[in-house]
Amino acid sequence: MILLKNGFVYLSSEKKFERLDILIDGKFIKKISPNITTNSAVTYDCKGRYIFPGFVDLHCHLRDPGYTYKEDIESGAKSAAKGGFTSICCMPNTNPTIDNISTVNYVTRKARDVGKTKIFVIGAMSKGSQGKEIANIGSMIKGGIVAISDDGNCIQNAKLMLNVMRYVSIFKIPIISHSEDYSLSKDGQVNYGYMSTKLGLPGIPTLAEEIMVSRDIMLADVTNTNIHIAHASTKRTVDLIRYAKKQGIKITAEVTPHHLILTEQACENFDTNTKMKPPLRSEQDRQALINGLLDDTIDIIATDHAPHSDYEKELEFIKAPFGTIGFESAFPALYTNFVKTKKIKFEKLIEKMTSRPTEIIGKELGKIEEGKPADITVVDLNKSYTFTEEEILSKSKNSPFLGNKFWGKIEMTICDGKFTWKI
Amino acid sequence: MSDRLDFSGRNLYELDSYSVSEIETIFETAKIMKQIIKRDYKKIPTLRGKTIATLFFEESTRTRISFELAAKRLSADVISFSSTGSSVKKGESLQDTVYTLNAMGIDLYVVRHSCPGVPQLVHKYSNKPVLNAGDGRHSHPTQALLDMFSIWERKGSLKDLKVTVVGDILHSRVVRSNLIGMSKMGAKVTICGPRTLMPPKIEEVYDAKCEYDLIKAVKDADIIMGLRMQLERQAEGLFPGLSEYSKRYGLSKNVLKYAKRNVLIMHPGPMNRGVEILPEVADSEHSIIIEQVTNGVAIRMAILFLILGGKT
Ligand SMILES: [Zn+2]
Repeated sequence: MILLKNGFVYLSSEKKFERLDILIDGKFIKKISPNITTNSAVTYDCKGRYIFPGFVDLHCHLRDPGYTYKEDIESGAKSAAKGGFTSICCMPNTNPTIDNISTVNYVTRKARDVGKTKIFVIGAMSKGSQGKEIANIGSMIKGGIVAISDDGNCIQNAKLMLNVMRYVSIFKIPIISHSEDYSLSKDGQVNYGYMSTKLGLPGIPTLAEEIMVSRDIMLADVTNTNIHIAHASTKRTVDLIRYAKKQGIKITAEVTPHHLILTEQACENFDTNTKMKPPLRSEQDRQALINGLLDDTIDIIATDHAPHSDYEKELEFIKAPFGTIGFESAFPALYTNFVKTKKIKFEKLIEKMTSRPTEIIGKELGKIEEGKPADITVVDLNKSYTFTEEEILSKSKNSPFLGNKFWGKIEMTICDGKFTWKI
Repeated sequence: MSDRLDFSGRNLYELDSYSVSEIETIFETAKIMKQIIKRDYKKIPTLRGKTIATLFFEESTRTRISFELAAKRLSADVISFSSTGSSVKKGESLQDTVYTLNAMGIDLYVVRHSCPGVPQLVHKYSNKPVLNAGDGRHSHPTQALLDMFSIWERKGSLKDLKVTVVGDILHSRVVRSNLIGMSKMGAKVTICGPRTLMPPKIEEVYDAKCEYDLIKAVKDADIIMGLRMQLERQAEGLFPGLSEYSKRYGLSKNVLKYAKRNVLIMHPGPMNRGVEILPEVADSEHSIIIEQVTNGVAIRMAILFLILGGKT
């Protein structure tokens, strides 16, 4: 048994912190109470520490199978655990693509062997994520996938997308849309606007996202499907989602920490760690994303953890791949930029990183309650440190936050009653 | 000439990191260099023993020759590396190429590449001064310097001059560097071209005025600069065709009537005669297009001289 004493515990049901003890027995939380005494438990003094439900990430890339030089299930799970995550959902753009039951089983089995975090699999919408034929969604659902997505790719053909939605609507799992019209994004590298003009790089207009978000909202409406907009990045996207919610369309949305914190300005020195999709946008877009988060138009924060090796990223800007890692910086970056500065309420941030994402995938996780799985993160909010390459556990170090000063050090992560990270 | 400004070891990626007095120093130095290249014996020993590499990952014969000539006039050794038929095509990375050259003792790199930001990468890999000879659509600072020098020579200053640049603004690195440099030197720049070839937020990024009507754009201009229009943009759906383009944006004698009487006509070359500029203008007494080429060598000599630590 494990006893966490004297921490400020976040109670999801009441949306507040209370100074409590938590007793963990095996995989589960046995008791939550002000003064637990037992001599049969290993006791940790959590005085001054904050205790959250383990974070839940709805959008990450583990690169396994196929690109394990960037990341594999083990290194990804370790990195997630260090970031305080206890549940993560991995995208299917691996090699082979996760578009069939055997690849789903491979990831699930390996995840179970590694153990460091709960890994839920997102299956592809189309075979090979090629946007041509519907993938074997039904059998993958039997294998346990929690959502479908062609993330990294976007089905350009509206008819096929309509059919995917029709087909999936009977299964009640969400479709995660990476919304991008390729005729508009084409060879774009950074946001179309100030930075593309300044740097002379081809731009990706906000329209490339917004046109697809509009299309998918309309298709979700007529098919009565759950649509989840991945990594919303523009003001008009937020407006469209807000509109769709008002219409009663079953839509949810996510935003990433980097789109909330950074703008296209970060690309100024051609740092390829700032090259991502969708690209970092304008300050106006960033403010709209924050507002969308505050009024719950945007439901959750997801990392879009996208590892790439340094020899891929240390290239000419145009040749470097899109993406940034995110597990280990997500909470401290958000806490430092928004909670410490009082722009976002702490409770709101926690909801968007714990209980809300699990609702979207229909899992009963992300809450600290008696009888629930012991998925817990312990953080020292008064500790500041510099985010450096050396301490990153992901195989990849491609973060735009390198060198940033963060508050909030994750001291322990417990998943199913086992320590998966501990300083 | 001021010798207090220290150029030695500096990079030249873009003009934003150079001050007005530094740019004036470059002009003053170029003036002296121009006298040297007009002599019978066109060489001075200043950079003897220095080795300069020109790395052209994208072919541009004019710019490369101009740099190499400038280096040779100063008695530097020049190694010329161009990607055509080289190991780059066999998959050698930019990094390996620079490491290899660096091991051979290069003192300064001149870099041309189709991707913005590569000069910075070359410096990162080599830790030697790098001159940007054009990186994609981003920047072409020595071209802007020679353009500005050509005006400065004729007009004595750029202060309050109206400069109009006409053409494919979107794909032009020359425009970007000129917008930075010229507004820094006090000129007022108007850019003009089809809306599909105008980058977004350009008036916000630079101190520039945007105009889509050529006659309005050239009104009272002291300088008009034409830019090369490429047919491939038609295939991309950016404009209907060269003949319509020429009718709307071509520099003809008629257009000049709206500019100042002593207007100077410029073009960074190579020209499409009959498209963006008509021969009657290109060859008129207003044109300083040929002089720009000469000034290109002088400006590059001046920069190499200053950066490689030449003493005056
Ligand atoms: Zn995506």
